[in-house]
Amino acid sequence: MPERLAISVSVNGERFERTVEPRLLLSDFLRHELELTGTHVGCEHGVCGACTVLLDGDPVRSCLVFAVQADGHQVTTVEGLAPTDAAALERVDGHDPPLHPLQEAFRDRHALQCGFCTPGILLTMIPFLEENPVPSEQEIREALSGNLCRCTGYQNIVEAVQLAAERRGQ
Amino acid sequence: MTTRLFGTDCPRREDPRLLTGQALFVDDVHLEGMLHVAFLRSDYAHARLVNVDVSGALEVDGVVAAYTAADLGEYWQPGPLLVSPPPTIEKLTFRHATQVPLARDKVCHVGEPIAAVVAHSRYQAEDALARIRVDVEPLGAVVDIEAALQPDAPLIHEQFDSNQASHVIQEKGDYDAACARAALTVQRRFRFDRGASAPMENRGVVASWDAKCGELTVWDTTQAPIPIRNGLAHMLGIPESQVRVIAPFIGGGFGPKIMMFYPEEVLLPWISMQLGWPVKWIEDRHESFFATTQERLQIHDAELSLDAEGRILGVKDSFLYDAGAYNPYGLTLPINAQCTLLGPYDVPAYYSEFRAVFTTKPIVTPVRGAGRNPGVFVMERLLDLAARELGMDRTEIRRRNFLPPDAFPHDHEIIYQDFAPLVYDSGNYLPSLEKAAKMIGYDRFLAEDQPRLRAEGRHVGIGIVAYVEGTGIGPYEGARVSIEPSGRVNVATGVGTQGQGHFTSFAQIVAEQLGVELPDVEVITGDTGKFHWGTGTFASRGAVVAGNACHAAAVKVREKVIELAARSLDSSEQEIELAEGSARVKGSPDRALTLGDLATRANPLRGAVTPGTEPGLEATAYFGPERGSTANGVHAMILEVDPETAMVDVQRYVVVHDCGVVINPTIVRGQIVGGVAHGIGGCFYEQLVFDSGGQLLNASFMDYLLPTATDVPNVETDHVETPSPYNPLGIKGAGEAGAIPTGALFAQALEDALQIPGLEVLEMPLSPNRLFELMRDARSDE
Repeated sequence: MPERLAISVSVNGERFERTVEPRLLLSDFLRHELELTGTHVGCEHGVCGACTVLLDGDPVRSCLVFAVQADGHQVTTVEGLAPTDAAALERVDGHDPPLHPLQEAFRDRHALQCGFCTPGILLTMIPFLEENPVPSEQEIREALSGNLCRCTGYQNIVEAVQLAAERRGQ
Repeated sequence: MTTRLFGTDCPRREDPRLLTGQALFVDDVHLEGMLHVAFLRSDYAHARLVNVDVSGALEVDGVVAAYTAADLGEYWQPGPLLVSPPPTIEKLTFRHATQVPLARDKVCHVGEPIAAVVAHSRYQAEDALARIRVDVEPLGAVVDIEAALQPDAPLIHEQFDSNQASHVIQEKGDYDAACARAALTVQRRFRFDRGASAPMENRGVVASWDAKCGELTVWDTTQAPIPIRNGLAHMLGIPESQVRVIAPFIGGGFGPKIMMFYPEEVLLPWISMQLGWPVKWIEDRHESFFATTQERLQIHDAELSLDAEGRILGVKDSFLYDAGAYNPYGLTLPINAQCTLLGPYDVPAYYSEFRAVFTTKPIVTPVRGAGRNPGVFVMERLLDLAARELGMDRTEIRRRNFLPPDAFPHDHEIIYQDFAPLVYDSGNYLPSLEKAAKMIGYDRFLAEDQPRLRAEGRHVGIGIVAYVEGTGIGPYEGARVSIEPSGRVNVATGVGTQGQGHFTSFAQIVAEQLGVELPDVEVITGDTGKFHWGTGTFASRGAVVAGNACHAAAVKVREKVIELAARSLDSSEQEIELAEGSARVKGSPDRALTLGDLATRANPLRGAVTPGTEPGLEATAYFGPERGSTANGVHAMILEVDPETAMVDVQRYVVVHDCGVVINPTIVRGQIVGGVAHGIGGCFYEQLVFDSGGQLLNASFMDYLLPTATDVPNVETDHVETPSPYNPLGIKGAGEAGAIPTGALFAQALEDALQIPGLEVLEMPLSPNRLFELMRDARSDE
């Protein structure tokens, strides 16, 4: 039986203390220990990008990070993107949850079909837009090229990122 | 009138859940006490199983159970033949061998499951796989489909006398006579190889047996939850009503999730019943390259005979089709290839013959396009070659051969995959071609741009091809529509959904009839506990067949609403209109009742419901088309080839598509663009490469490349709308169209860009390496 290690990870602003096997992947820790199942696992070898989360603000493939490596760090998952303040809750029409501006742009531009790759793409594009608030189409495509999407052909994702950038600039 | 919803670009109802991580996928199901299953799979393509010993696995920490075929007793049965061969084809031989839950006597492809281990975590279950001992006696692999038919080929299914699974001949007219009077006959060999469907979500099953209630619940990444429910109930000997199969949000399907009774799908429910605990298996990406079905290896020897004006006199085709290790899907794919080859053209004489061949490779079932892609490739390539020989423009040869608008319904006099004659319902092909040529600037490109670019030393080419797609086949789908006292409308239908936007498009259909807003309509798909009649999502049929069932049920509910409103408002039925969630008397806005009020009145707690009527505002309806509806389109592209590196840059891509009446243009466009991306993958990036031992050499996303955001161009789309007369909404399917003609288009544009004498692109997919070889070989022949 492998030794188990105590870790303390802050996820979406909430601190979680757990004892885990050293080999437990961060993706499995988030999904199965914390039941934050919005982080999706598509390839388990770091290619598809579906499992991307933010580790201290930087995008990482959670299938290539061990949970123990996140000890003492801050993780953001797709569940932590939408605003939860009272003003945001008031804005919505009663049927749908409040959305982050990039999530709104994805809905407005039909940038998702099955939606499986979407959380990883959101978490790749959010820090990208922080670094590059006025990206060209080519820059968006390059930043997106580490995330696979089988449904959309990427076009509407590129347009959604452009839309979010435009709205932010306004 | 309420704003029109049908035919408009409403944002999708399902998106907020998907965008916030709240949508339930199969791997998101967590149940108390759930155990995890891992499978030991064959390392050999073909071998006799001598002994399987799982005793070591049982010693591993956390392991609860381990099973081999011997443990399954009478539950060990080959899977059903899902699609029998069309009884309506006369010249047809067919024999089938289907997959088994766990290999017992031999293994027939790498990745075939041999044993299952159940443990408290997936990590522990995988640890235990390493402790299973398997003794095998290797047999020769069967990889090449021509060699597979040789008398000395290793025999895969020993109950048969050869590896031939089927031989089918379909013909119309007299091809030999047509050929005899032809001014030109072109003949070539074409090869279209295997690719993976590669949805981002792998397959998975969670099964939970509740012994106290005698109920089995299964969450399954299937495209067909209802047939899975019925089949599992039969296999497990429990009533259908006690089995609930849920296909929740599914992370893409593209065909292989319509394959039914995969070994894991059959075993997980059985294991849950054995152990009395819920069990989960989630396929990993590496497994998926072997354990999930694949498609497309066909080798065609085809010829096209034409008169001196380029009019088609006849087509002759003989092809081999790789069925893989087992053929539960019957002849759907080769028949699709055989039929779709005819395309939008008037072909007076056709002789088509194929042989389906067993190989020791993963099972073949439909992947987006489902056999149509090779058919279109063959026909379009033959037309290109003929045009070149005749000195005729590529668009002109197509124009001359299109079926004219008054030719419909058009009977091709052969049988389609749905056993019905191949009859095109409607079509108007020329406008699609003209539009696409105009959008891409075909004439100007050839007259001005290309000569200028060639003078600059650049190799830029244009392609333009046409295709049809038989969509929306039967047998039927159903839907139930009901109005709650809250005024909310519930729609339940049996098809599963894998990203096609059914939660929105079906809501649009129903909202239109009932005069309510989109957020008031809740659509449930793919849960047999909510609706249990239907077949599934495949063959570009969801919108056509289930969409029309939703429409029919909504019309029935509308009639009930109007009847009750007229009675309650002391008015005539003709005077009632439905708008803004109410039924009201036209011209008297104060005489109105909300749909919620009416729903309450239709289900009273006291007082009698009139005998012979039904309570509530609810109706169930079914739609079964007599035959499918035929969509069509024209794709055009401009690409540039780097003659040194053989890298290809697709610079423009135009699609003009006719899928009849469109429910939601944004969703349809999304389907088309996504299909094109899949198609481009199948042209230049994606090829499953097997060695002579049947080992897949590129079973990871590091080696099997899906196109990325820098590989797929923006796709410019436009529509032509020729309604289908075969369904009340006039719609045709759109799910696969984007991927079908891409190979043919890519080949034509490449030849146009390179213009190397003797360079013919007769195979798909290519890769930079393979294209480089073709260029080198053609140049060395010069």
